[in-house]
Amino acid sequence: MTAPLETASKPSAVQHLGAIALAPVRLVMGLIDRPLRALQRMTGLSGMAIFFLAPNMLIFGIFVLLPLFINFVYSTTGGSALFLPERSYVGADQYQRLFDCSNYLDPLTCQEDAFWTAVSNTFWFVVLQVTLMIGAALVTALILNRNLAARSFWRAVFFFPVLLSPVVVGLIWRWILQRQGLLNFILYPFGVDPYTWLTDRTWSFAAAVGVSLWAHMGFYALILLAGLQAIPKDLYEAADMDGTKPARVFWRITLPLLMPNLVVVIVLALIRSVQVFDEVYILTGGGPGTSTLFITQYIYETGFVSQPRNPGLAAAASILMGLVLVVLTLVQLGLGRRGEKKGKR
Amino acid sequence: MKLRSLLAGATLALLTSTAYAGDVRIMWYSDGVEGEVLADLMKRFMDKNPDIKVTIDNVAFGVIKEQLPVQLEAGHGPDIARVTALKDLSRHWLDLRPLISDAAYWDANFGAQADWMRPDGSNQISGFMTQVTLTGGFANKTLFEQAGVPLPGPDATWDDWAAASKKVADSQQIPFAMALDRSGHRITAPNIAFGANYIGADGKPAPLDKGAKDFITKFVGWTNDGVMSKDVWVSAAGQTYRAAADDFINAQLAYYYSGSWQIPNFATKIGNGFDWVATGSPCGPAACTGMPGGAGLVAVKYTKNPKDVAKVMDYLASEAVVKEFSERTLFIPAHKGILDKGDLNFKTEDPQVKAALDVFVKASKTTAPAAQKMPGWRWADTVYGALVTRVAQVIAGELPLDDAFTRIDSDVATKVKDSGL
Repeated sequence: MTAPLETASKPSAVQHLGAIALAPVRLVMGLIDRPLRALQRMTGLSGMAIFFLAPNMLIFGIFVLLPLFINFVYSTTGGSALFLPERSYVGADQYQRLFDCSNYLDPLTCQEDAFWTAVSNTFWFVVLQVTLMIGAALVTALILNRNLAARSFWRAVFFFPVLLSPVVVGLIWRWILQRQGLLNFILYPFGVDPYTWLTDRTWSFAAAVGVSLWAHMGFYALILLAGLQAIPKDLYEAADMDGTKPARVFWRITLPLLMPNLVVVIVLALIRSVQVFDEVYILTGGGPGTSTLFITQYIYETGFVSQPRNPGLAAAASILMGLVLVVLTLVQLGLGRRGEKKGKR
Repeated sequence: MKLRSLLAGATLALLTSTAYAGDVRIMWYSDGVEGEVLADLMKRFMDKNPDIKVTIDNVAFGVIKEQLPVQLEAGHGPDIARVTALKDLSRHWLDLRPLISDAAYWDANFGAQADWMRPDGSNQISGFMTQVTLTGGFANKTLFEQAGVPLPGPDATWDDWAAASKKVADSQQIPFAMALDRSGHRITAPNIAFGANYIGADGKPAPLDKGAKDFITKFVGWTNDGVMSKDVWVSAAGQTYRAAADDFINAQLAYYYSGSWQIPNFATKIGNGFDWVATGSPCGPAACTGMPGGAGLVAVKYTKNPKDVAKVMDYLASEAVVKEFSERTLFIPAHKGILDKGDLNFKTEDPQVKAALDVFVKASKTTAPAAQKMPGWRWADTVYGALVTRVAQVIAGELPLDDAFTRIDSDVATKVKDSGL
């Protein structure tokens, strides 16, 4: 039997270079091979999994779990001092204070009225922003999925705001919406008197929702666009041959097959909107009054701005917010698993 | 933004925690050109003292207000800092008394404000005021002249200014007649002019009294009538500071109540746009007073190089340097010797600036005793915060005025209880 031709020929320069590059890797692998084999003999395969996961888990523990634990400890302490040893243990007082309320639907009856105002504002923001976000992202993705002229250009246009810093987004829209801003400048020739959009309670909330929509919609549209492009074309061709109406195609083919992406988008948008802070803080500062004060800003102001600061109360509020986010994440995981099971069937 | 601020703070904390002998780090914020002036002064200092290396961290005021306190609580921070929350953070300041060359000089020249920046009951020298400020009003003289409305005189009341400004606004078709910064410190001046006293017999905050309620009621009424700009007060939630300076600079206001620190800002940004004058503080039934304040330069007790820090502070507090700094930055100095000599030669060709500075220097001599006590009072910022938060809610239509008064008292009482003091 003759040897294969390539093994018989001389190694090329590229193969030489490859061998040189691989030499240190082989050396390291040779050095760790024996100890790792010994470890595997001792711990078994599951032990090796733990061994390889340990560095990642250590980093996760130090930078995520430990701060979470410290945050919880803070929420059980009082005073304005920052160092834990200088803080007094108050048990669940901070939580009691947050929940001290005659009527949760009327924040002014609560001891921490700003917290419940922030909760209420955040709830309505999430409802409005996520609903509009999903609708706008879906429509945008459907349009961008068609054979448009300059399709790549339009995709970039819709994605561009995602690349901007939230501070820049907030500043741009503040300059547009303030009394001497661009919008009033455009409307003035049409007989509209300059209006202070950001100091009107209704308009400022609408502006917060709208600006957030503008800033993030491109990201979600891109995820949905990827989902749309993954739908097999032959399904549409078959529907077309059957003379199926476009609306029926959308409800019976596009939407069901897009559902896994849609679930991801809904949950991500929910989590992001519960955490809303930066662009709205720059845009309205939480005003007028407290009409655009959201939970994250409440936590920030309580812990860092108010005099004297109250890190314990801020930590308690952030733990409660964290619980909401945990629930949303579990919903995402649950829906994701359900989708996987359906796919396997 | 929050994440970036925290990262910036962490970086600063890291930088400030790795000091070597001879290193002095100053955390500094600027309202105008004072950062450049300080850099120039420090360059000259280092030429004469080559063994000391001074580094200036120019930061935004927000970093001083929100991140420096966190660094200090953690036992870190710069060696020297320019701050406004002098009393509140006083437990972190270094006592320079045994380190500086002539403590008597400091006591004689900066003694009037020394209590603003040291723990209650001590005779510590923590630093000195880089500028003393006084709240006061500014009028757009050109708008008054165009409207044919005479400027109210030096003893004019808040009502006089409101009436005159309203006439100007109606005549000149500007959005608002008056504006007052969104700040508890600012609204405290007219409150005291109306007879308010925040300090209780035990040194802790007293419930809002008739004087404060009278002015706040009047102020809210003016915002409802469109006499006073409501925009600046409803443009944020909580205790956030907002100034109406841009509206004044853009000639959208006839009268603006802010403070002496705006003078360099107006000199630069208004230029020849229109004529403006400083008016001092309007009168109330009890006094014609502004609120004193300012920024102080303090040494931080966590420094690794206290002797070098004291040398830098001695240099910056010396009469010649304070005089030069004040003349170049257009700030009113705290140095008693310089003020007594009265030979300050502010480096500006603008006669409006010189006239405005004179008005504030004169007004500083008639500041009410209740106002003088505020910068050195531990709970001043607590009361200011509650005032701003609740009055803004009233103006935004969220809270009835009487409820706001009750909330202000309960907010302050809760904060006092929270602090554990």
